[in-house]
Amino acid sequence: MKRAVRHQAQTEIEKAVLVKMYTSMLRIRLFEERIAALYPEQEMQCPVHLCIGQEAIAAGVCMRLEEKDYVFSNHRGHGHCLAKGSAMAPLFAEFYGRKTGCSRGKGGSMHVIDVKNGILGTSAIVGGGIPMGVGAALASRIRGDGRVTVIFFGDGASEEGVFYESFNFAALKRLPVVFVCENNFYATNSPQAARQASCRISSAAAAFDAHGVCIDGNDVTAVYEAAGAAIANARDGGEPSLIEAITYRWKGHVGPNADFENGCRPKDELFDWLDRCPIRTFKARLLECGAMTDEEMSETATIIDKEIDTAVAFAKASPFPGASDLLSDVYAGQNHAMD
Amino acid sequence: MTHKGKDVMALIKQNMVQAINAALSQELERDPDVVIIGEDVGRDGGVFRVSEGLLDRFGPKRVIDTPLAELGIVGAAVGMASYGLRPVVEIQFMGFIYAALEQVFSHASRMRSRSRGAFTCPLVIRTPYGIGIKAPELHSESSEALFCHMPGLKVVMPSSPYNAKGLLASAIRDDDPVLFLEPSRLYRAIKADVPDEPYTLPIGKAEIFQEGKDLTIVAWGAMLHKAAEAAEGLDAEIIDLLTLKPYDEETILNSIKKTGRLVIVEEATRIGGLGAEISAFAAEEAIGYLAAPIVRCAGPEAVVPMARLEDEFRPSTERIRKAYERVMAY
Repeated sequence: MKRAVRHQAQTEIEKAVLVKMYTSMLRIRLFEERIAALYPEQEMQCPVHLCIGQEAIAAGVCMRLEEKDYVFSNHRGHGHCLAKGSAMAPLFAEFYGRKTGCSRGKGGSMHVIDVKNGILGTSAIVGGGIPMGVGAALASRIRGDGRVTVIFFGDGASEEGVFYESFNFAALKRLPVVFVCENNFYATNSPQAARQASCRISSAAAAFDAHGVCIDGNDVTAVYEAAGAAIANARDGGEPSLIEAITYRWKGHVGPNADFENGCRPKDELFDWLDRCPIRTFKARLLECGAMTDEEMSETATIIDKEIDTAVAFAKASPFPGASDLLSDVYAGQNHAMD
Repeated sequence: MTHKGKDVMALIKQNMVQAINAALSQELERDPDVVIIGEDVGRDGGVFRVSEGLLDRFGPKRVIDTPLAELGIVGAAVGMASYGLRPVVEIQFMGFIYAALEQVFSHASRMRSRSRGAFTCPLVIRTPYGIGIKAPELHSESSEALFCHMPGLKVVMPSSPYNAKGLLASAIRDDDPVLFLEPSRLYRAIKADVPDEPYTLPIGKAEIFQEGKDLTIVAWGAMLHKAAEAAEGLDAEIIDLLTLKPYDEETILNSIKKTGRLVIVEEATRIGGLGAEISAFAAEEAIGYLAAPIVRCAGPEAVVPMARLEDEFRPSTERIRKAYERVMAY
């Protein structure tokens, strides 16, 4: 039995929530932009996959999550961590390979983890987090702890067999999990139409008698609405669902630059999506409905910039791990020696 | 073209990416059954631009872009190979092949045996391995030993543009599945003379990289160059293994008989590594010739870390040198 999706018009969303979502998106945007700005210094020696342009999905979904809920993310995961509530300093420290990083400077941007905040890990393997998220949801069901797990993944991951295996299992066992596919149309440099027979990823849910919905992933209120219904259904009814959120990444697959100059995608396509900036469009709406003033918005930006300044300074001042750290945390108990 | 009265092929300066690209291009041209398949290999030219220009030249029936699905890609290639084609799969990084292991281990490697020889699996999987692009974990794996363990697979690892081109041509022409491990660190690090014409180098044959009489050093891939650097000033015989499975027992044995000492240098973790196999082989076959214990200089029991700790992970010149000195001083 399906629950009706509970629609909520934007005017019904509390002002405080609108402000929080704006702040959350801006926090991700400015964080990612700072990485792009600092990256050429070559002190951050790890690949970075930036999510500029995709902020509304992380912000809208995580606004609906409780602190105890779990998030599984992927290689493009900074936004998910920040929206779930991760502090900036351990993230920057991780990118700089410092001992104070969230993975003790051994994982870098692709392997961030924030257990206290419910981020149970990310990896470079596309689709790798999907079955793990299902397993966490199964554990929640067994323990009866009322947690919901959200799994963020991209359009590329929906091509991996493990997505279908996991979705079937979740639907079969009615697990409290929400699959959030961020469809940004590109897997590295291959466009979706060159990879998928049907480009409507959300329709896969129907094959498992589950609910699938395709939404505008650049509209944070649409994300908030869809996530609200999906998370409530997962938590109360143990009904997993699939949200396909359409979006676009502004930067290349990896690194701080755009990639249209390499001929990876048409420039016009990027420019069309720049016009659909999730933050700028939301900003206009907030100003129009009076939820925030221009002044409040610049104040928010200033506060975030300071948060970033502090985090970067903390990261740069932190010590590097040494050779002995390399050998730690491989097994419980005693570590092996180098030779 | 002749040189000192002998026929020689025209040489051009190429890095390993260009040499591999040339091998792919020449094999596509030579044999209509050869196809390239993988993520981003066509339109984009591959993560490391190894297949650049091949789609334009040979068209989408020969150079096939796929969905993002490693297991499906390798599985499809196994089917194509059983049919009689010669697919060359690209997996973007060695760590990404784990998603496809089921097809590699359960099917590709045993197709010949399972069909009692009715089907072969002339499949090549190319993938960059090892530390080289300053990315931790799965972008820097050296798990060659896993694949060497599996009957039915061949494992090849070049160390120069010249041997990369010749060995890849041989791998494509080979009737068994070959894992072709390309050292990402060397992709653009060395430019060297490579014959412009197609040529092959024998699979299963090591090369004496440097002759010597006091110490035998066995290394492969990117570590060969580190091992050689650390051997400066020693009268060491350095063996570039090139084929890791089946490895060249004879060359190793002959060298040990000459030098009486053996050090194996590997980037991968020591326990259960290829160095362990070579040590056991040397102990079984040549213990009477050995004047000192066999020593392995290998990666530690750890996951490949961030760039800053890479030099602690990968045996450094100093660590390798110490291993040589230990054996020489015995």
